[in-house]
Amino acid sequence: MSSGQNERREMTGAEMVVQALKDNGVKHVFGYPGGAVLPIYDEIFQQDEVEHVLVRHEQGAGHAAEGYARSTGKAGVMLVTSGPGATNAVTPLQDALMDSIPLVCLTGQVPTSLIGSDAFQECDTIGITRPCTKHNWLVKDVNELAAIIHEAFHVATTGRPGPVVVDIPKDVQFAKGTYVPPQTAPRTSYQPKVQGDLDKIKAAVELMANAKRPILYTGGGVINSGPEASHLLRELVDLTGFPITSTLMGLGAYPASGKNWMGMLGMHGTYEANMAMHDCDVMVCIGARFDDRITGRLSAFSPNSKKIHIDIDPSSINKNVHTDVPIIGDVGRVLEDLVRLWRATARADKKALHPWWEQIAKWRARDSLAYKMNHDVIMPQYAVQRLYALTKDIDTYITTEVGQHQMWAAQHYHFEKPNRWMTSGGLGTMGYGLPAALGVQIAHPDALVIDIAGDASVQMTMQEMSAAVQHEAPIKIFILNNQYMGMVRQWQQLLHGNRLSHSYTEAMPDFVKLAEAYGGHGIRCEKPDELDDAIKEMISVKKPVIFDCRVATLANCFPMIPSGKAHNEMLLPDEATDEAVANAIDAKGRELV
Amino acid sequence: MNAQHLQPTGSAYFIAKETERPEIHTLSVLVDNEPGVLARVIGLFSGRGYNIESLTVSETEHEKHLSRITIVTRGTPHVLEQIKHQLERIVPVHRVVDLTVRSHELGQERPLERELALVKVAGTGEGRVEALRLADAFRASVIDANTEHFIFEITGKGSKIDQFIAIMKPLGLVEICRTGVAAMNRGPQGM
Repeated sequence: MSSGQNERREMTGAEMVVQALKDNGVKHVFGYPGGAVLPIYDEIFQQDEVEHVLVRHEQGAGHAAEGYARSTGKAGVMLVTSGPGATNAVTPLQDALMDSIPLVCLTGQVPTSLIGSDAFQECDTIGITRPCTKHNWLVKDVNELAAIIHEAFHVATTGRPGPVVVDIPKDVQFAKGTYVPPQTAPRTSYQPKVQGDLDKIKAAVELMANAKRPILYTGGGVINSGPEASHLLRELVDLTGFPITSTLMGLGAYPASGKNWMGMLGMHGTYEANMAMHDCDVMVCIGARFDDRITGRLSAFSPNSKKIHIDIDPSSINKNVHTDVPIIGDVGRVLEDLVRLWRATARADKKALHPWWEQIAKWRARDSLAYKMNHDVIMPQYAVQRLYALTKDIDTYITTEVGQHQMWAAQHYHFEKPNRWMTSGGLGTMGYGLPAALGVQIAHPDALVIDIAGDASVQMTMQEMSAAVQHEAPIKIFILNNQYMGMVRQWQQLLHGNRLSHSYTEAMPDFVKLAEAYGGHGIRCEKPDELDDAIKEMISVKKPVIFDCRVATLANCFPMIPSGKAHNEMLLPDEATDEAVANAIDAKGRELV
Repeated sequence: MNAQHLQPTGSAYFIAKETERPEIHTLSVLVDNEPGVLARVIGLFSGRGYNIESLTVSETEHEKHLSRITIVTRGTPHVLEQIKHQLERIVPVHRVVDLTVRSHELGQERPLERELALVKVAGTGEGRVEALRLADAFRASVIDANTEHFIFEITGKGSKIDQFIAIMKPLGLVEICRTGVAAMNRGPQGM
């Protein structure tokens, strides 16, 4: 915090922006300059407390800020110009909205006198970003600027976190006004409920204590709540002896090495996790939202269970699935009460859970993540497994793009801690992983940061390699290169008679030369027995690396709950013959996404 | 407004038949009177495929910069609950009260609802006399007239205004302007 914190001072709008960033504890801003933010860039130039990370495209700034936010738990900040700068920010804003990531986006705007005149690089930033932000502000008076930026940080980081936009016209950046420091009393209409209702928590404890087939289903809310929530979750698992599964967003909240861990659930989750969800009698949903990737066909979703749902967002309760015991509050606070009440009143009857664990063991024995090893060609699952084996003892952060590689990473890379896994879950943004890795590396300069990528996704934001080289961020881009948009192809096989319409990339860059062209280091590996050495080389290189890992081109991602099916109708890898794949989805399921 | 065929969640995963019947409810939404707040509310309804049957908004407490938005919407009880929670997520929204639910809790059939309409009727001779006679029966007042037309001001429930307009149709109805519904619950308590 700066020394001038409690003073009201005269300064320009641009100075206020930088001062407000400092006062909100910001160390890094990801951005791209342009006409309507030049005064702010001029202020950034004249100080060194806030470091600016220059990207190559505004989308990259947004995902980098998201990666920064997810790996630190702090707000990520991006700064872009008006018009195209703002419209390019839309994808990361929506991404952050769907995955509840605190992202503060400052946009320049044409001067207030020109707003509405179709001026050069003008767009209705507030109108365009209204549905993809938690809240947004157009600042028309320099005297309101500081308070608005403080409020923006408050809204982005409290309650259910999310993205916010502050749109600042250029004349406001030049105008002089009074700076006010951050205040503790924000507006009265925004009061997120963090403390859970004790009676509801008691009811939950009672349900849980009498459960014979319980399951903990956890999500990104545990991670967003902070490290203490993950700690309490582990305590709850130890106390209750319940099996636990997690969504894609929640991986790492409970350690994958923990004995109660069942792996990820959902469309590409493990057999045991999904079967246990289907057959449980008490489901405790903690910071997750019953997304369609999780539930499969709703009418057949966990038909015989009582459901407890802990969420900070009241609109998540009963949205898709009816909840018997809703608890509205911050996961960490609620778990604190839950663990305390459990200790005081309930005793885990771990014997009573024996039959349930025996059943789970049978499902586990089905080995749903199995794949056929190949000694000539690298199987993508094998590549992720080797990457895990060779990096698990290093301080490692993983990001991904979106597609098959993302699911293989989620299945075969194992996370022991929260904030180590950055992926685009809700929006499914191809091109997320590379810039996110940049953001993570900026936040953790000494850590090993790996983007497990697909060859198609990574080309959407490849230009940020240049930013990584400029900022000496030694990110590792580990591409599972099968020359297809693998997940698109998998769905074409499932739904469209194997007609592979435009899912094959007929012209592929030479990724090794590409890495070198950017000033990074390129590695190619085509043989399973060369993979370990190649990965070790990648780890040892102290600059950005593109690793072109040539994998089996036609491998598909299993197990899978085909669209429109229930948890107990999974397609397992050893059953996924061509015929089974072609007939897996019926006419109704075809309409689904 | 015509999004009735859409499922509220927007995803085909929820194609499962709604077994609940749609109901019409009136919501009162207290908001900070700041630029864009109405756009946030309307955007929420269009973005999530909810219906708006009627919407009115005006500043009600000038010193506190508060506006009150009254929305008449149609949906199943499940969807109506979602609408309420989604509205509450909007940062400048202070309170959302489902007046219809509230009136049931108070043992009443429905909240008080009133609408105002201006109705222009042109004509001469018999029809003109008939229009004036009927307007009197409906307690509509004449607020503008010359020898060829009347403008009536009528206040009441929506159904009363519907009826008045239907009757005026054959008598030379020219144009209609309606304010939309203003509503509150009976009894001494505020929202």
